[in-house]
Amino acid sequence: MRYGLLAGLLIGAMMLSGCTEGVLDPKGPIALAERQILFNALGIMLAIVIPVILAILGFAFWFRASNERARYRPDFTYSGRLELLVWSIPAMTVLLVGGVAWIGAHDLDPGKPISSTVKPVNVQVVSLDWKWLFIYPEQGIASVNKLVVPVGTPISFELTSSSVMNSFFVPQLGSQVYTMSGMATRLHLQADHLGTYAGISAMFSGDGFPDMRFTVDAVTDDRFAQWVRQARETGSALDKQTYADLVKPSKAVAPFTYRAVAPDLFSSIVNADMGAQDSSLSICSTSQRAER
Amino acid sequence: MNLLGKLDWNAIPLHEPIIMGATGFMVLVVVVVLGFVTAKGAWLYLWREWLTSVDHKRIGTMYCILALVMMLRGFSDAIMIRSQQALAAGGAQGYLPPEHFNQIFSAHGTIMILFMAMPFVVGLMNFAVPLQLGVRDVAFPTLNSVSFWLTASGALLVNISLAVGEFSKATWWGYPPLSEMQYSPGVGVDYYLWSLQISGIGTLLAGINFVTTILKLRAPGMSYMRMPVFCWTALAANLLIVAAFPVLTATLAMLALDRYLGFHFFSLEGQGNQMLYSNLFWVWGHPEVYILILPAFGVFSEVMATFSGKPLFGYRSMVAATMTICILSFLVWLHHFFTMGASANVNGFFGVMSMIIALPTGAKVFNWLFTMYGGRVRFSVPVLWSIGFMVTFVIGGMTGVLLAVPPADFQLHNSVFLVAHFHNVAIGGVVFGVMAGYNYWFPKAFGFKLDERWGKASFWCWLVGFYVAFMPLYVLGLMGMTRRMQHYDNLSWRPWLIAAAFGTAIILVGVVCQVVQLVVSIRNREELRDVTGDPWNGRTLEWATASPPPAWNFAFQPKVAELDAFWSSKNRAQATKDEPTPTRKYEPVEMPKNSATGFVTAFFAVVIGFALIWHIWWLASVGVFGAFVTLLAFSFRRYNEIEVPAEEVARFVRSHQAGVAA
Repeated sequence: MRYGLLAGLLIGAMMLSGCTEGVLDPKGPIALAERQILFNALGIMLAIVIPVILAILGFAFWFRASNERARYRPDFTYSGRLELLVWSIPAMTVLLVGGVAWIGAHDLDPGKPISSTVKPVNVQVVSLDWKWLFIYPEQGIASVNKLVVPVGTPISFELTSSSVMNSFFVPQLGSQVYTMSGMATRLHLQADHLGTYAGISAMFSGDGFPDMRFTVDAVTDDRFAQWVRQARETGSALDKQTYADLVKPSKAVAPFTYRAVAPDLFSSIVNADMGAQDSSLSICSTSQRAER
Repeated sequence: MNLLGKLDWNAIPLHEPIIMGATGFMVLVVVVVLGFVTAKGAWLYLWREWLTSVDHKRIGTMYCILALVMMLRGFSDAIMIRSQQALAAGGAQGYLPPEHFNQIFSAHGTIMILFMAMPFVVGLMNFAVPLQLGVRDVAFPTLNSVSFWLTASGALLVNISLAVGEFSKATWWGYPPLSEMQYSPGVGVDYYLWSLQISGIGTLLAGINFVTTILKLRAPGMSYMRMPVFCWTALAANLLIVAAFPVLTATLAMLALDRYLGFHFFSLEGQGNQMLYSNLFWVWGHPEVYILILPAFGVFSEVMATFSGKPLFGYRSMVAATMTICILSFLVWLHHFFTMGASANVNGFFGVMSMIIALPTGAKVFNWLFTMYGGRVRFSVPVLWSIGFMVTFVIGGMTGVLLAVPPADFQLHNSVFLVAHFHNVAIGGVVFGVMAGYNYWFPKAFGFKLDERWGKASFWCWLVGFYVAFMPLYVLGLMGMTRRMQHYDNLSWRPWLIAAAFGTAIILVGVVCQVVQLVVSIRNREELRDVTGDPWNGRTLEWATASPPPAWNFAFQPKVAELDAFWSSKNRAQATKDEPTPTRKYEPVEMPKNSATGFVTAFFAVVIGFALIWHIWWLASVGVFGAFVTLLAFSFRRYNEIEVPAEEVARFVRSHQAGVAA
């Protein structure tokens, strides 16, 4: 009965998945493969979990003290064969799921490039208090709280943080990865379908955390090129000065773009020499957070 | 120079009606309790019999009372989290602003793990382990009292944070850089640090005490393979405490150095490494999970065997499984952050290791299953909790293994799917376990059973409430909802969150039933009285003595010749019923003397903690000096034991036997 409840909820979730923007509604190869692994692992385990739950309820019911027909066997305390069974059933399950885990960890390693004939687009991601900065080094533009990617093209991410730890996550495209200051993490994703997908921070980062959202627009190559052109024509340039303005804590920032980006900006954020060389910058951000 | 450090009137959040309401309620409860004790003229009794008691049963009971009280506090936080998320959809902000909501979920996690589950588990071990081992007390009785009072000090500091200042807003694990001075300049993180440090030292001392007790003090004849399974699980849990808690202490000490003295262990500047904290925290944090669940497994083993009327199936296999889990629990910590960017080999290794823990755990489930097979299962309240546990825990275990698959975790990490998983094992495992233990050992502690009807009502509300509250979170996790959201935009999440809030309301009814059960049972205690000392037809030595047991536990040291010593002695007695029992000569019993050391040390620990939190350096020095003098005074104590005359022991045994015969 209780299993039924769980199964019902899971099936309900799967049915809902068509319209829920969740991990069960993948829009790219990574998310698709991860959903497959989720289902495989779940299937392997349900094959053992369902009989066990039924056996628990069945045994408890049949061997109730008031049941005259059940045989009382107070000496049934050990059986070598049963022990073998008892240890080997979970062992087999672990062997199977462990295989899935080991192979999956290698195939879907976030740092592993997606093999494709299409040349990947590089994006540098910086999590700020509390918004996302996306730098397109090859296109020489940057965008806040909006990530535009060409569909069917691998996206190669380098990620870091300007302050506390965050986690970059687009549920419908797949893997999340932490952003941490002073270092760069790697992630490779791809969108196979046109559309707009929700992106979030999946690591609590302070008061503005719930609004730390961004959208991902997966568009055609032409639309992407057009967006890049537009971005180059509007907005200000992102250099150390404008970056210092951007770093100031703010919540629920509407998306906007920068027409140009200082070429070494990302690496200087990673190496934290922004703060070290320009001490006023780090003091400024410190005191502002403290004032809130 | 300011004599009160950072402390001033602004520390009391007078402008926050919710906080002031909760504070007012807390103060009211304290005043009522103090008034009640005064009206009854019970201060001297309380001081002599409880506050300065070094009796392991009294200390165990006080641990459980502390846990029950803190459960009410942590559960209030849970109600606020669930109602806030049910309300704050779309543009709505709900009724809790971020700075308050963030404190609530941080406090909920900290309290439920360290000040509810921990004291409850340690309390049950305190109460039952020496009785099951057939001994008169733990190895270091006064240290035991110190341990308890330090834990209570930590809990007190957490509660003070409600009224004076604030609690941490940096989650229960306190990851830097968020928990560093730069991003959390308030006193919240300091409350978190010092309450954990003080209670953590208490827990470490308790761990040392119990490892020593179990290894060195057992009834004659009780070899390791004749120890009750609960003692085995207690041994495993306390070995984990001894190995893991120093890591927590060191980690939090490093964070404190960062915050207080500008060190750079985990800070953004000065080559600090935030990843180091995550690793260290979970090197403690994952064994901590097993410190909580292993004794719960022990309770279920005792309950299933007792109420099935047959020995535990596969005892040796159970012992092996327990010790395997004990060791493996140190090899899996990295699965808490597969998404940190470690290499595929590292993630794969820790994923597989995490799954391997499912192997002994699965074997345990099967062994409980076969304990029922061929038994006569009596559906008393402890059994209901145990069967509810088995079904629920299997589901929680399954989702746990799912999360141990790195690619699945890349999608579900930090989602409410994870929240659902760990509540599934923490409620379905630990809470159900301590509830089973509470109902099982209550008659031993107080001499009367808990009311069955209210106990069953409570169980069913908890069980149904749990499923209604947490199954929606699994769904929401798959829908991409991450944890700790003060508000959200996605309106399709809302029905599920309302369902979850409704489930919390059902659990609330269960909690109320528990309180009613206790009140009703105390009122009807004469009808529920158990004079035999063995209300469940028990198997282990704690049931061989009177309920409540005398301070000395056993008039004669039991001699153990096999597993389930009491059960077999009852069977033998049945066989030799007609033979006259040989008369034995009663001897005086040496019992450890009461000591105020624990209480006074804890008082100074609260002073130290409070002073450090508010940077009142002179007061902290006074506290350190006071604690030192207290321990010095204790070390000069001449007489550590009092002698209970043989006549008193004999009188107790005779009156108990007369009660059993009547």
